[in-house]
Amino acid sequence: MLRYTLKRLLSLLISLAIASLVIFAVIEIAPGDPASFMLGINAQPETLAALRSELGLDLSKTQRYIDWITGMLSGDFGTSYTYRTPVADMVTQRLWVSLPLALYALTLSTLIAFPAGIFAAARRGKAGDIGVMGATQLGVAIPNFWFAMMLVLLFAIKLRWFSAGGFVGWEKGLLAGLHSLTLPAIALALPQAAILARVMRSSLLDVLGEDFMRTARAKGLTARQALWRHGLRNAMIPVLTIIGLQFSFLLAGAIIIEQVFYLPGLGRLIFQSISARDLIVVESVTMLLVFAVIFVNFAVDLAYAVVDPRLRART
Amino acid sequence: MIRNLIFGGLLTSIFVIAALLSFVWTPFDHVILDIPSRLQTPNMTHLLGTDHFGRDILSLIMVGARTSIAVALVAVGIGMGLGIPLGLWAAARRGSLVDEIIMRGNDLVFAFPSLVIAILITAVFGAGAVNAIIAIGIFNIPVFARITRGAALSLWEREFILAARVAGKSAARISLEHILPNVTNLLIVQGTIQFSLGILAEAGLSYVGLGAQPPTPSWGRMLADAQTMVSIAPHMALMPGFAIICTVLGLNLMGDGLRDYLDPRLRVKRV
Amino acid sequence: MSLLSVQNLSLSIHGFNILHDVTFQISEGEIVAITGESGSGKSMTALATMQLLPQGATTSGRIMLGEDDITTLTEQRLCSIRGNDIGMVFQEPMTALNPVKTIGDQVAETIQVHERTSKADALDRAARTLERVGLPQSKFPLSRFPHELSGGQRQRVVIAMAIALRPRLLIADEPTTALDVTTQAQILTLLTKLAREDGMGLMMITHDLAVVAQMADRIIVMRNGDIVEQGNTLELLQNMQHPYTRMLFAASSHTVALPDNGASTALLEVKDVSRDYQTPRKTLFGRRGTYRAVNKVNFTLTRGERLGLVGESGCGKSTLTRALLGLEPVQEGTITLGGEPVFTGTKPNLAVRRRIQVVFQDPFGSFNPRHRVARQITEPFHLLDNPPTGTERQKAIDEALIAVGLTPADAQKYIHEFSGGQRQRIAIARALIIRPDLIVFDEAVSALDVSVRAQILDLLAELCAAYSLSYLFISHDLSVVRTITDRVLVMKSGEIVEQGQTEGVFTNPQHVYTKTLIEAAPVLPDIKGQTA
Repeated sequence: MLRYTLKRLLSLLISLAIASLVIFAVIEIAPGDPASFMLGINAQPETLAALRSELGLDLSKTQRYIDWITGMLSGDFGTSYTYRTPVADMVTQRLWVSLPLALYALTLSTLIAFPAGIFAAARRGKAGDIGVMGATQLGVAIPNFWFAMMLVLLFAIKLRWFSAGGFVGWEKGLLAGLHSLTLPAIALALPQAAILARVMRSSLLDVLGEDFMRTARAKGLTARQALWRHGLRNAMIPVLTIIGLQFSFLLAGAIIIEQVFYLPGLGRLIFQSISARDLIVVESVTMLLVFAVIFVNFAVDLAYAVVDPRLRART
Repeated sequence: MIRNLIFGGLLTSIFVIAALLSFVWTPFDHVILDIPSRLQTPNMTHLLGTDHFGRDILSLIMVGARTSIAVALVAVGIGMGLGIPLGLWAAARRGSLVDEIIMRGNDLVFAFPSLVIAILITAVFGAGAVNAIIAIGIFNIPVFARITRGAALSLWEREFILAARVAGKSAARISLEHILPNVTNLLIVQGTIQFSLGILAEAGLSYVGLGAQPPTPSWGRMLADAQTMVSIAPHMALMPGFAIICTVLGLNLMGDGLRDYLDPRLRVKRV
Repeated sequence: MSLLSVQNLSLSIHGFNILHDVTFQISEGEIVAITGESGSGKSMTALATMQLLPQGATTSGRIMLGEDDITTLTEQRLCSIRGNDIGMVFQEPMTALNPVKTIGDQVAETIQVHERTSKADALDRAARTLERVGLPQSKFPLSRFPHELSGGQRQRVVIAMAIALRPRLLIADEPTTALDVTTQAQILTLLTKLAREDGMGLMMITHDLAVVAQMADRIIVMRNGDIVEQGNTLELLQNMQHPYTRMLFAASSHTVALPDNGASTALLEVKDVSRDYQTPRKTLFGRRGTYRAVNKVNFTLTRGERLGLVGESGCGKSTLTRALLGLEPVQEGTITLGGEPVFTGTKPNLAVRRRIQVVFQDPFGSFNPRHRVARQITEPFHLLDNPPTGTERQKAIDEALIAVGLTPADAQKYIHEFSGGQRQRIAIARALIIRPDLIVFDEAVSALDVSVRAQILDLLAELCAAYSLSYLFISHDLSVVRTITDRVLVMKSGEIVEQGQTEGVFTNPQHVYTKTLIEAAPVLPDIKGQTA
């Protein structure tokens, strides 16, 4: 197990390193001169020179890269050009909105999808299965941000159960915070749940056809017992892969959804920075997002080893 | 199920036809503003109503279909064009450094959701439909590479491939003559899935302003405009939403139908 | 009153008739073998007895277990019978166990499903059951996972699960087909012992008539869903009534007379060949180990000779085969064909490769489902400098098909239109078409039904006469090797432990491993009643 963890950790570090190189290359090298890019063609030579030295553009590319990496490792993500505040501070604030939102949505989505998928698989071909499949078929076709708008229309504007947007802040308490995040989380969760339910169902059906399920029945287990005791754990393995993959979509979705609900998350930060051409912020936030995805996949890899003992034996 | 295939095919065709038709005719000109006619709900003149500038929503949707379909299609093209050869190559050289590199490369690209790629490109090169195509296309590459590699790997173990190797055929030749034809079905089905995902992705990107820019109409852009009006003119949001849902649904049903249609036919009947 | 009485059992699945009017009995402590070729319905009979039939199955008739008619019982009642009164062992040990649960848990589960005991008690009993089947705790603790065990060991675990509660009847569906000869012998001995010790009825399903003859008290012969003949083993063997039964046994002990090709020059020379594989790293930064799959193998095959190669799984014969075919390079030694090396450096010599062709085991998997027969059998033309075209090519295709007993019209068909035996004929046509000097038959008849196998062996004998074939015949089936080869090599753990004239090696084996192998292989008694 330890060997496996270390190998995965190594993989994670290499991925992070390469990802950072890619981001660095795009942001710092592609636009030619980041300083003139950010300031535009009408910039005064003195302002350009000042920004250049501030950005460290007189240093070599390798040096800049190393500085950037070491900076990030010590928590310094640079200073935003437009806001003149440390990026780290701005990001931390927003992170406390985007991350809980993504996790909230992930939780909701698994809570809905798993029972639905199991229910459908257990009733294959019958009314229950067809119903679930129909619902999920529709669910995967729904754009989450549009769904969010519809939710706002119904629950916020017509029913007034939730506010149409904005985030009250965690200072008002956990429940209050979650309440503001509920509509967005549902909007994110439902289409994801549709995908996950289908995967759960097909994974379970695959497992049901395996030889060891037949062995279980031959021992005297009922179909239901066989499904719960033998089928589920094996079916989880491919489902875990999908959850890992879906997390990146969830994060992207969260960022988009923030626009519907005017949430002060990473999304708003990023889009404003793009318009303002604040490359420093863009660079750091994309690095953060990529890190989140890579890390979640690392966690999924570890979860594999917990579920499947065959992985623990091999290096 | 043939039903899925037919129904899905029909549904998708409606939008493809609408998109193609929009090149020669739309009920109204989608560019001209007509403020006096603004915010009409669906009626006999404007079948789907008008937006806040008085533009006919049906026309906007038809023209918007062009963007969604074009972006998604080219993105699938990129994904297949680069992903499939990579997958075949990795499987042909399984276990070697090439395979390892391609696999790691896949994982790396998977770490960058289309949105993030779009953000990076837009930040540096500015917004536009081309960005959306590149962003979605790049993300499609590892999808096809991974699927091709997986299917190819299991085929490489089969004895008829061994027979071809004994006949002296090179790995490249075998990949083209034997492996590729046997994975085509799988790839066609995946293609329809990625196409539908591409439509959703394009909508999301144009919604946040990273995709097609005005005056090019796109469904996502329409939804962004509709957002501010949603309480007084919900039809502005409903129509493009339905358009997206129906196209994606159609493609998914087609994909399901294709999968079933292609499968049992080729399944060898065991004596 | 018999333990199991099947009366007029008929079964159809989605309208297809699978079983017609099957009637037989099994008494306590009796070993009854149900045998037949593929499609005979023997597995379905077993599944019907367990009431584990696939969807869409309808049955008529009765299956009496003691006083109960199984076909009329509720699912709940059936669940209490399965594992408790009737146990079942399946064919594929590699996939029969849940990979994520320990063997202890899986055996204990049988006990816990049917009896109210504590987990500790169930595990204790599980340990004792595993001991009974030859997996003592000292070597195989309960915490082992299936992937840590070999095929034979996994099958023992499956047997343990089935007999943990000492059922009255054990059904074994081809339990040893996927296992090696020596492992098979051990498992069969185990099953017989358990049946005798517990007074348990054993329904043994197998296509291997030698196993049947050796093990069963009574034999039931099935064909296409009907019982063709049944009776006490000794009586049936001495006095077969039904022509199908006679055909089956004749085919099983079918021998061919190979034409004499005379001594000749050396064709294939394998000198001191070794092949190593890299094994995965043990520690994160440690070095990769090597595993020697083939170790200093030496032998010669002369022109016109039919050489056999026998060995169990893991002995290295597949590795050796791939090296001979130029598919994998060797680390040491040389392989030459007619004096010319198969490899130059690590690259295979095409000029030499075209003189060796191969016929594989799997008649279903050795062809691309999307290509027509003509394209498939002309694949070796790729090795020729000037492959024939036009009428020449057509002629070659026609000749090849006729030589193997098919017709030229078959060239335009797709491979799924043929049966398993016909496909092997096509595979042989593919191997013959460029008139190689040497053909390698890699378990070429192992996947075929007994009657089809006999036909293919006859075909080989004809081809030997017509073309003076030289071939290397690799098989785990000793009786086949005995009849189809002049000389034989016995391989174990990457080395050739014995070689010699086939008859000599079989009647008077020198090496201890050869002796074990021959003793383990079940032998079909002479039809006239005298054991061989």
